[in-house]
Amino acid sequence: MFKKTLHAFATAIKGLSLTFRHLFAARHARKELDIKQDNYFDKQQGVTTIQYPKQEIPIPEVARYQLDVEMDDCIVCDLCAKACPVDCIDIEAIKATEAIGKTSDGSVKRLYAAKFDIDMAKCMYCGLCTVVCPTECITMTDNYDRSFSSLSELVYQFSEMSEKEIEEKREELARFQAEKEAAKRKI
Amino acid sequence: MSFYIIYILVAIVLFTFLAGFTLFAVYAERKVAGFVQDRLGPMETGKFGSLQTIADILKLLQKEFISPASADKVLFATAPVVVFVAVYLGFAAMPWAPELAPAALNLGLFYVIAIISIEAIGVLMAGWGSNNKFALLGSLRSVAQIVSYEIPAGLALISAVMVTQTLDMQEITINQGILTDERLFFFGFWDVSEIGGFFAWNIFQAPHLILAYIIYFVASLAECNRAPFDIPEAESELVSGYHTEYGGLRFAFFFLAEYCLMFLVSMIGVVLFLGGWNTPLPNIGSWKLAEWTTGMAWGIIWVLIKTLTVVGVQILIRWTLPRLRVDQLMNLCWKVLTPTAFLCMAISGIWRIVVMVGN
Repeated sequence: MFKKTLHAFATAIKGLSLTFRHLFAARHARKELDIKQDNYFDKQQGVTTIQYPKQEIPIPEVARYQLDVEMDDCIVCDLCAKACPVDCIDIEAIKATEAIGKTSDGSVKRLYAAKFDIDMAKCMYCGLCTVVCPTECITMTDNYDRSFSSLSELVYQFSEMSEKEIEEKREELARFQAEKEAAKRKI
Repeated sequence: MSFYIIYILVAIVLFTFLAGFTLFAVYAERKVAGFVQDRLGPMETGKFGSLQTIADILKLLQKEFISPASADKVLFATAPVVVFVAVYLGFAAMPWAPELAPAALNLGLFYVIAIISIEAIGVLMAGWGSNNKFALLGSLRSVAQIVSYEIPAGLALISAVMVTQTLDMQEITINQGILTDERLFFFGFWDVSEIGGFFAWNIFQAPHLILAYIIYFVASLAECNRAPFDIPEAESELVSGYHTEYGGLRFAFFFLAEYCLMFLVSMIGVVLFLGGWNTPLPNIGSWKLAEWTTGMAWGIIWVLIKTLTVVGVQILIRWTLPRLRVDQLMNLCWKVLTPTAFLCMAISGIWRIVVMVGN
């Protein structure tokens, strides 16, 4: 019984010295946060807490986080929506009457994007849409941290056109088609 | 008349100190817990989370009093008050500095040990009054534990009292430093009445008192239901023990009582064994360090430093050692601590007669 108690005291002192060392090691925080560094595993002493919004772990450049669309480069080809396995991309295109400009890589834009919605609640971050995009306008950013108070806010709307503009372009297209139809009939 | 005003003033000052200490100790506890586990502890409220406990207490103060429908309303409401008042009254006899004690009782130590025991009744009231099986189990465990551990704690204290030959806390302290009229011996062979410092502390006046202090320290951990003896509050089995049903200010009172009791038992240990308000610095030749650092302000500083160090060890122990089982707890108390404490008491008697009188 006494032997056991003495052993208990000895081990208790051992444990206390261990926690005591940790108590004072807490003056230092782990500095190296990037796992790609060679010395990452050498620095194990000190506080391991990462105070997230103030302190961030470096992330790889090419990683699969939230989607972003550069609308100026988009030719509204609808390939991303077709590639999406979960159908989270919803595109509505309006034909333009003529070429409306060029993207940064030289492709000609012939369609207006009346609607370009990505439902991030549905998105499974597979990245297939970024692969098929011919102009590389849909990309995955390094932003993995967004929260919203309502579900509808998770549907990102990338289309830059206002209701009025959409209406205008529709009418323009209708007029153009009517004219074309009329021209055909004349012949 | 001014008599009563001073009494009330002393009580208010003590309560303010204890409330401040509790806020600080809870913060320290959480920080130590964090650091020991390589975490940071509270960081968001104030600089380094320093306002965390103030925010906590403000939250507790705003909460509604809720009594369970089947609870015994009277017992339920009075239990936290009884628990806190029992601990609070214990501070009445504690010496803070030469000539400075709320009440210089000549039975001081006896009074303090007796008044702390009342806490067990409060805990039982809380457990029974809650009408909750977890609370009742917790309080039964707590009472069993407190009652058992009072025996080794009391015996260890008595072995110190037998060396000092008084129950007056103030006199016990005086007899451990340069202010004494008696002759003090370091381990019974070296006269340190003029040298003072830590050589004159009770713990170094007789070697077996070191053992007695360890017994007292272990027993005092159990008396304040601190880990590794926290089976009354064992959160993995009993939700949170006897205060399961409590919330708001009533819960705050239990918390206050727990931390005040930590301070009180540490302070009793400091007064009985570690020299109380006496300085740890001895007189060395013409360097009269002990004389320079003895006085009213110094006394309060020394007693605070010593007590807070002991409280710090208690906190560190909580975050190091796992909880004992009930049978291990009782084995330790009845089969190890109590016989050893009896042995210390017997040695104290022999020491007093053979060594101290012989000198």
